[in-house]
Amino acid sequence: MSALFRAGARVRVRSETIPGHCRTPSYLRGKSGVVIEVHGEFRNPEKLAYHKPGLPRQPLYMVRFAFADVWPGRRSGGGRDSIVADIYQHWLQAER
Amino acid sequence: MAGVHDLGGRSAGPIDRAEHEPTLFDLRVDAMIRLLTHPSRAVFTVDAMRRSIESHTSEEYFGLTYYEKWLHAIRRLTIEQGAISEAELAAKLDRLRAAGSRESA
Repeated sequence: MSALFRAGARVRVRSETIPGHCRTPSYLRGKSGVVIEVHGEFRNPEKLAYHKPGLPRQPLYMVRFAFADVWPGRRSGGGRDSIVADIYQHWLQAER
Repeated sequence: MAGVHDLGGRSAGPIDRAEHEPTLFDLRVDAMIRLLTHPSRAVFTVDAMRRSIESHTSEEYFGLTYYEKWLHAIRRLTIEQGAISEAELAAKLDRLRAAGSRESA
């Protein structure tokens, strides 16, 4: 599966829940961030967890989120802190 | 709803930064995981191991040690994948218990 996003792209994490193993933290669902790196393509861990092949491979992105967006109202180093997480493409949508 | 392991943003106590040496038990469990997940055998993946660890109840998740959770995953996944059966495991445990009680007698 080809990569839909490049470094610098604004993305939003799908605010879905799935039963069973999920590699996307709940606190990032529905949050928007910026792609800072495309790691490559990897087998889907949510399928591998159930002994399935996990194909097609999913592009994996390093995404940066502003701390203040993820946890509004919490102390966050003068608003400069960020949270970086690796998120698979099937969890991301384009953000205008 | 977030799984028991999905802790980001929840309140937590102070972080224990004390270092400690792995015990013999820890090392044995680590070795078994490496052997079972090695590509030449691939009895299961680390992803399946994570799924097993995440499926513990809150009580188990916070009550078991790090490597105890790994050991629970080994037991569950080797049986799930048919590498051993419940009966084989029970028979082996019986033999070990019998050997242990002879030693201590």
